[in-house]
Amino acid sequence: MAALPDLTASLYGRLDDPARDAGYADPPPRKGFFTDTSVCIGCKACEVACKEWNAVPEDGIDLLGMSYDNTGGLGADSWRAVAFIEQSRPVGNQSAPYAGAATGGTSQQLQQDAPAAGFDAFAEAARLGTGVPGGHPVADRAHENTGGCGGGCGGGSAAAPAARSGEQTGGRTGGQFLGMPGMLAPAPLPDRDGRQDVRWLMMSNVCKHCTHAACLDVCPTGALFRTEFGTVVVQEDVCNGCGYCVSACPYGVIDKREDDGRAWKCTLCYDRLGEDETPACAKACPTESIQFGDLDELRERAERRRQQLHDVGVTEARLYGEDPEDGVGGDGAFFLLLDEPEVYGLPPDPVVTTRDLPSMYKHMAAAAGFMLLGTVAAALGRRS
Amino acid sequence: MTPKPSQETPHQPGQPGFEHVPGTVPREREVPPPIGGQAARMWDAGMGSRRNRGKDGRKRRRGDANAVVPDAEFRSYYGRAVLKPPVWTHEIAYYLFTGGLAAGCSMLAVVADVRGDVAARRALRTTSLTAVGASAYFLVADLGRPERFYNMLRVAKVTSPMSVGTYILSVFGPLSGAAAVAELGALLPERGVPGLLRRVAGPAGSVAGAGAALTGPLLATYTAVLFADTAVPSWHEPYRELPFVFGGSALAAGSGAALLLAPVGQSGSAARLAAIGATVELAAAHRMETAHGLVSEPFHLGRPGTFLKAARTLTAAGAAGGIAARFLPRRAGRVVSAVAGASLLTGSFLTRMAVFEAGVASTKDPKYVVVPQRERLEARQRAS
Amino acid sequence: MPGLGASFGRGGATGDLQDLSNADVIVIEGSNMAECHPVGFQWVMEAKARGAKVFHVDPRFTRTSALADTYVPIRTGTDIVLLGAIINRVLTQERDFREYVVAYTNASHLVSEDFQDTEDLDGLFSGFDHETRSYDTKSWQYAGGESGGDEEEESSDSSDSETGQSMGSGGAPVEHRGIQRDETLQDPRCVYQVLKRHFARYTPEMVADVCGIPTEVFDELAEAWISNSGRDKTGALVYSVGWTQRGTGVQYIRTGAILQLLLGNMGRPGGGVMALRGHASIQGSTDIPTLYNLLPGYLQMPHAERHRSLQEYVDSIKGTNQKGFWANADAYTVSLLKAYFGEEATAENDFLFDELPRINGDHGTYSQVMDMIEGGKIFGYFLLGQNPAVGSANGRAQRLGMANLDWLVVRDLVMIESATFWKDAPEVETGEIVPEECRTEVFFLPAASHVEKEGTFTQTQRLLQWREKAVNPPGDATSELWFFYHLGRRMREKLAGSTDPRDQLLLKLAWDYPLHGQEQEPSSEDVLQEINGSGPDGLLPGYTALKADGSTSSGCWIYSGVYADGVNQAARRKPGREQSLHAPEWGWAWPMNRRVLYNRASADPDGKPWSERKALVWWDEDARRWVGDDIADFEATKPPSYRPPEGATGVEAIAGDDPFVMQSDGKGWLYAPKGVVDGPMPAHYEPAESPFRNAVYTQQANPAREIYTNHLNEVHPSPPENGSEVFPFVWFTSRLTEHHTAGGMSRFLPYLAELQPALFMEVSPELARMRGLEHLGWAHVVTARAVVEARVLVTDRLAPLKVQGTEVHQVWLPYHWGPGGLTTGDVVNDLAHMTLDPNVHIQEFKAGTCDVLPGRRPRGGEVLDLIDEYRVRGGVTMASGSVAVTSDLLHASGRDRAALAQDGSTPVGAGHDPEQVEKVLGVRHDTRSRPGDPQQHGVDPQVLDAHPDLRRPPAPHDTGDE
Repeated sequence: MAALPDLTASLYGRLDDPARDAGYADPPPRKGFFTDTSVCIGCKACEVACKEWNAVPEDGIDLLGMSYDNTGGLGADSWRAVAFIEQSRPVGNQSAPYAGAATGGTSQQLQQDAPAAGFDAFAEAARLGTGVPGGHPVADRAHENTGGCGGGCGGGSAAAPAARSGEQTGGRTGGQFLGMPGMLAPAPLPDRDGRQDVRWLMMSNVCKHCTHAACLDVCPTGALFRTEFGTVVVQEDVCNGCGYCVSACPYGVIDKREDDGRAWKCTLCYDRLGEDETPACAKACPTESIQFGDLDELRERAERRRQQLHDVGVTEARLYGEDPEDGVGGDGAFFLLLDEPEVYGLPPDPVVTTRDLPSMYKHMAAAAGFMLLGTVAAALGRRS
Repeated sequence: MTPKPSQETPHQPGQPGFEHVPGTVPREREVPPPIGGQAARMWDAGMGSRRNRGKDGRKRRRGDANAVVPDAEFRSYYGRAVLKPPVWTHEIAYYLFTGGLAAGCSMLAVVADVRGDVAARRALRTTSLTAVGASAYFLVADLGRPERFYNMLRVAKVTSPMSVGTYILSVFGPLSGAAAVAELGALLPERGVPGLLRRVAGPAGSVAGAGAALTGPLLATYTAVLFADTAVPSWHEPYRELPFVFGGSALAAGSGAALLLAPVGQSGSAARLAAIGATVELAAAHRMETAHGLVSEPFHLGRPGTFLKAARTLTAAGAAGGIAARFLPRRAGRVVSAVAGASLLTGSFLTRMAVFEAGVASTKDPKYVVVPQRERLEARQRAS
Repeated sequence: MPGLGASFGRGGATGDLQDLSNADVIVIEGSNMAECHPVGFQWVMEAKARGAKVFHVDPRFTRTSALADTYVPIRTGTDIVLLGAIINRVLTQERDFREYVVAYTNASHLVSEDFQDTEDLDGLFSGFDHETRSYDTKSWQYAGGESGGDEEEESSDSSDSETGQSMGSGGAPVEHRGIQRDETLQDPRCVYQVLKRHFARYTPEMVADVCGIPTEVFDELAEAWISNSGRDKTGALVYSVGWTQRGTGVQYIRTGAILQLLLGNMGRPGGGVMALRGHASIQGSTDIPTLYNLLPGYLQMPHAERHRSLQEYVDSIKGTNQKGFWANADAYTVSLLKAYFGEEATAENDFLFDELPRINGDHGTYSQVMDMIEGGKIFGYFLLGQNPAVGSANGRAQRLGMANLDWLVVRDLVMIESATFWKDAPEVETGEIVPEECRTEVFFLPAASHVEKEGTFTQTQRLLQWREKAVNPPGDATSELWFFYHLGRRMREKLAGSTDPRDQLLLKLAWDYPLHGQEQEPSSEDVLQEINGSGPDGLLPGYTALKADGSTSSGCWIYSGVYADGVNQAARRKPGREQSLHAPEWGWAWPMNRRVLYNRASADPDGKPWSERKALVWWDEDARRWVGDDIADFEATKPPSYRPPEGATGVEAIAGDDPFVMQSDGKGWLYAPKGVVDGPMPAHYEPAESPFRNAVYTQQANPAREIYTNHLNEVHPSPPENGSEVFPFVWFTSRLTEHHTAGGMSRFLPYLAELQPALFMEVSPELARMRGLEHLGWAHVVTARAVVEARVLVTDRLAPLKVQGTEVHQVWLPYHWGPGGLTTGDVVNDLAHMTLDPNVHIQEFKAGTCDVLPGRRPRGGEVLDLIDEYRVRGGVTMASGSVAVTSDLLHASGRDRAALAQDGSTPVGAGHDPEQVEKVLGVRHDTRSRPGDPQQHGVDPQVLDAHPDLRRPPAPHDTGDE
């Protein structure tokens, strides 16, 4: 316990050089990714390049119906995963494609033949997620076709019933009926109606290589370690599959490979960095949506890009994970997003769990003390 | 000349021949919810902004009658989990129980030792050894690579509660074992070298037992930190209460074992300790179930909810029964005391199961991650 | 690509991809660039970052639209109306780049008195022959040039298309002397005025009514394009197979070309027409062609009647007194023959020109398929890197054709459907192919992939890039080079000593390639050197060094220079960051490593840049040569002031201000007097299958379109014919980033298969409601050719459009799937019919009509029942949708539809003895299919004409879908 105060420094808060903090005498500049989703074309070259270079196994051939995302997020067998989000609003500087098109009329007309048309929001809402009555047939079919729901089905809080009813039958990236209306719900866009606008967000997700990496801190074997580049890597020859890191990651990145038992995640191509090579995904990205480099430089570049986008009217552009003061001390891999993080499946305000570890130990000590005292107290008392 | 597709007669799928006219939806067929922007618009129409919720909206979102807080509105990526659900299986819940039981027993064993309640001491030491043995088995069995369990000993990491726990267990285990083995001393002949051993066995057992009793509280409470030091919302948030829930539950379990196995005459302190443990466990659990808003919800829903309710009743009843037994005639007292012991044990077991499952549930629905973080974020933004 | 060839002189993308970053506006139409050309798309993003406005015109909101500034939804098949309306605006408001237009286009040329426009003939141009379904182009000529129409009118029906396709590297020959010009552009007969009249009816209202594009969206596009063109600004146009895979595709490209010429965007930085090719080396496979009617370098394949001697052949290319580099066609041809035959080819024996194979009509892939189905003419077939069972139109006809061969050789990386059709084709399920009885003997030969052999790709911008061999091919897999060298060697050994005339071609070939390694592999570099060509002093510096006297040889004249100075220029890899934007030292582009074609036009007639901002190539008075950031696409030392002497021809005749050096008059063609067989100017026709009546002209569909009349290839009726209402929706296909064309290189790989793991169709929420389709559920698409089922993706990215007062719903499907691989699905191209563009014989993939039903499709023979039922209800026969001239149909001439339909349509086995044709056309069809007997599938035209009651009237009006 006495050692704890010293620890807290590297458990939470600003930390400019995690590699030095981890004991490297004279580490190279910290490396990282800046993923600019405003120029992502969703080609998935990053996913394929990553798998090719790192020999990551195939992750299930099933249609998920989440727009063009058939990867279903990061996992032991997907270290890059491109998210696709379709929304009925334009990107700040885009004009409305369907403005005044027949579709505008369509939606009016649809308003009349609601509820079938789905513009009776309450009737619609009552159906959402429960999949009743429209949803279930599809749900069932989706199950038989794609091997069941893995992970909270449905969308928004509409997910709750499905999730609670314990439909988790397949792998995390297993197919599922997703209750499509939920995908954006609820996304208040009071100024939009009709089929005037549509935008399609794409974002290549990856391990964040946190400054304060919970997965690394909680690993009992030392299999997870901090590299000289400030990245976080699993040593597959050491990992014994205790699975602690899986529960510790605030981003849901690292996971255990079913058949193999060990935990796997992005290494930021540690082997390539050693050879002064760009990581496979960044190398393969055609539009420089994935940018690799020294973290400090990337952070400046990202801020300039954000500013530039605001100047041209894309006021929804925001950076995610770039702030060294945030709950994980800043991400080694951070993003420029065009909507709130949770829309991309990212936690809005993640905090490394070990922030509270000292306090946890203190409460543990207290509880242990109480047990001793309680026992002593119980011991005193006359024999009946 | 131009087609009027929307104006054809209904089509009975799969009915061949000339009367088979392709057309629109058969009456009984419900129209599926559309996706994308349409969904967003429905939500616009129905929900308005995040802050004013329509009552129908709330009705829909009322996922469960037990919900203590109405489901909050939030956005997510197709309702998918943000976090990875823990890969730990029920073995870990069993481990929580057996570890606590072992600790409780070892502590009461000392009491019995001091007070010369030989029968009780023997029963408790044996139970303690069995329980800690089971604990070790459950821990190893849950590894992805059990053959590599020894990698746990390659490092000692205070930032990894699992590492800390490993060392606690490897101290407690042998001591508890030694204490139990010492009980065999009584079977040795009076004379010769065995006689010598027989004489040493008693004091040795007491020393070992005392050692176990001192490490016991750590064994019983570190598991609380093990769970709390994760990103799992319903494990991390109650990190202050969890050590007391587990500690109290451990004492209750140990006492329960005593009440069940030891003669009534020797289980007075056990009854008192059961009361103390149960009180603290129930008090801490109550806080855990109520103090954390949405994150407390999983403790009320589904299986964990049921488990916890049952646990509460059994623990309370067991504690009461233990006391009551003291004032009953010998035979009735024995029965009541045994029943009370059993219900204390079951209660403790169910508590661990409930906490385990509530945590898992809280990772499968994104709302437990998104809503609290979003609120935290907005609170911060309002502040600044 | 005659669309570009006829307009500018060369059938290739006019610039390089990097140059897109110089554009002020980029219009992407008929292309899903971000998905199908993601690497090139980085330059669009670069332009966007520099402030350019990016438009995407597409029936479907794609990943390209997601990155564009403005997405313009359009009804597929109506692009000519959209672009025509912009042209109309440019002309009526006189917002063209006048100096450029007068100096560098044929706007001022006067057109023959005999020419009659679609305005005069309600949708037809003058010279259409109803019997042959083709145009006599005499009346389209410049005033005074009437003498020289295309020679081949009298000859067999589709051979005019050879001229069409040979525009790859050179415009059509016309007499340039005596062209009458009116530089004021006021003469009613000058091209400018002809054009103005022709496009007058293409109005924004027409765009809204036909394309479904709201007027304000049209205005945004038109204004952005026009106002971002001119002296200081340039706009680029990007298209790809969304334009070419159509029955009128060449005219789409012509429309874009005309607009870019009027706006002065050709040959200038950030301008041009970027034609994105279908995949890695398609440009290469037209440069050194895999086409039946071309020789390397866009030289025509000799014709049996018209090219009896080398002289006859060469003259037909040079034309008489023609300007430009085609005047040296004799040098190109002789050098090619020298490359083929080496020492054997001498002036005395006419360089063995006589040995070359001849063509005498349409031998395109689709007519070959028809011949296979009919049988008795084609016995064997080689398939290399192609999977027609999945990738070609009307896959059912493709497979039944292959099932009628004696032998089939398939060289591919994996066991593609074209090698396994005999056991896993859909026709096995319907009983039309019985594996035990299928007579085709299939030989599968494993092929080396692109990383397992060395060689070049010629990519979309005519850039040759050398590939190293990374690994040895696995097992028995070998390169194409190895395969064909040793195949030829063995055949020559077997034929050695033969005196049979037909063997002489093979025996006289110079088949002497040095072999390397124990695999006995010929060297690709040797081949590249042969292509570059050599003369007395070794390797040639470029095609200007080619001689007609037999002293030089070159395997492909436009590639001459790729091995200049004995250096493999295609293998140069100087990083872009170490050189100028155009990276002249990366790879090698034909011609002569010029990156932006016609870049002489980036300077004004006096040789000065139009503006500093848009300078590329200019005349340096002191150095007396053309200088700049790119190699001048012009004689380096010919001054702007140069004027050809009287009577000059060929290169000498190119004036100092003739930037389109391959054109027979040196100008960009707003009006094409020759070279495009279905009209000198583009006119909007509805796709061969359309739910809509043509609102622009009485003429419904392209009158010159090629139709194969066969019971397997029946076309749906379109207005004014009855029955179109049975197929109310429009379907079209294209590709996904995650898969490769017919799937042979992607469906079999887990890393790609998992990214798009199932065949799906995209529908709008409105259509989903109308038909009861459920997201992730199943639905099936029905045409008269096939029924295809797929999973449903309901998405806002597709929206119904308001056209002619009603809503049209469009359904999109990717076509990558088949029965093989890790992810399987129905073959989408089975839905397509074979109606071809008359210029290039390209099928219409991008627009067809269909019906969509919820749930899975019927199985086995029931599929044919469903098809038959639709055919009967819609009155689909071999005759439907096949009448050439709509007015014939409207004003009944006493001949019934069946008779009209057979005018000039290409019957099965054209050029066969008549009774063969009779045998096929005369088949008595049955309203029910007989499994195992494909010939019996279809409805007899007479049956329907006799029993109109078999046709369903349009369904009643009252039933809605609420």
